[in-house]
Amino acid sequence: MSANQTAAESGLDILGTAETWLGEGRRIALATVVETWGSAPRPVGSHLVIDEEGNFQGSVSGGCVEGAVVGEAIDVIGSGAPRMLEFGVADETAWRVGLSCGGRIRVYVEPVGP
Amino acid sequence: MRRDLLVALNAARQARRAVILVTDTPSGEARLVGEEDAARDPLAPELDKRFRSGRSGMLEDGRTFLTVQVPPPRLVVIGAVHISQALAPVARIAGFDMVVIDPRTAFASEERFPDVPLIAEWPDEALKGVPLDAYTGLVALTHDPKIDDGPILAALAANCFYVGALGSRKTHGKRVERLLQAGASAAELERIHAPIGMNIGAQSPAEIAIAIMAEVIATLRTSADSRRAVA
Repeated sequence: MSANQTAAESGLDILGTAETWLGEGRRIALATVVETWGSAPRPVGSHLVIDEEGNFQGSVSGGCVEGAVVGEAIDVIGSGAPRMLEFGVADETAWRVGLSCGGRIRVYVEPVGP
Repeated sequence: MRRDLLVALNAARQARRAVILVTDTPSGEARLVGEEDAARDPLAPELDKRFRSGRSGMLEDGRTFLTVQVPPPRLVVIGAVHISQALAPVARIAGFDMVVIDPRTAFASEERFPDVPLIAEWPDEALKGVPLDAYTGLVALTHDPKIDDGPILAALAANCFYVGALGSRKTHGKRVERLLQAGASAAELERIHAPIGMNIGAQSPAEIAIAIMAEVIATLRTSADSRRAVA
């Protein structure tokens, strides 16, 4: 990252990135960690922004469940309806996508715009 | 989320205004509430609590999510010195807004600080345009009492979450004597981090900048009375 890049350009400011992507005419969804239990890697309020092609910036975990969230987000962009996801060691999907830290998180995925 | 809400949320962050986005998660309906309007909101007591903690979270109803956005932490750096040049990119990566103040125009040149808001005025003048608050940390680096002392006192009075000053223990001892004479209390002066920076054996200006940043982050995130600004 060069010194004159803004946080939005570097992908560190997720909501700024979301606005930039909308301005470019991309269709996007925003994923937000809304609840955590145990040792969750990212705090409540953490964001991931996803476009219709599956490009993303940000994080809702330490990289464990982002793949699954991106897949759900593409569905949300298509349907226009928000969705609540839950990941944890207790459920089988989570075992496959893996929150290896042993925590449990709820992630809210909503369309943004137009 | 509606596009206008996203734009308003980002505008509030730019302007250092605290806001909360209230989202009914099943429907996706949302509204944005500014700190100044919180008292009139149906969720007033909860919003007030959230503005103070800076923490996003789900309400007990299990469906209303509050995205709390308090101003991003900011660093006001007194002294356009070599350490400040190294601190600028470090602060930016860590998500801090940074402004540099130095009345000495030879130091405060755009050539030396191409990407940083720079005010080449005496701190008491410059701080009129950059109000100190609880989301702001003050880093005094000039080594010159005429320039550093005033803003250090102002930062303590404004309850800045971090106040650090460059100088050895001996230099700081003299500083404490001067500030006591200027009317500060011993308890207040205890809040000054000096010698500045986490002790990582830093030697070069860049290493000292990293030590300062580490101490600033540690103070913001771990001290009991500080606002927990969430990036």
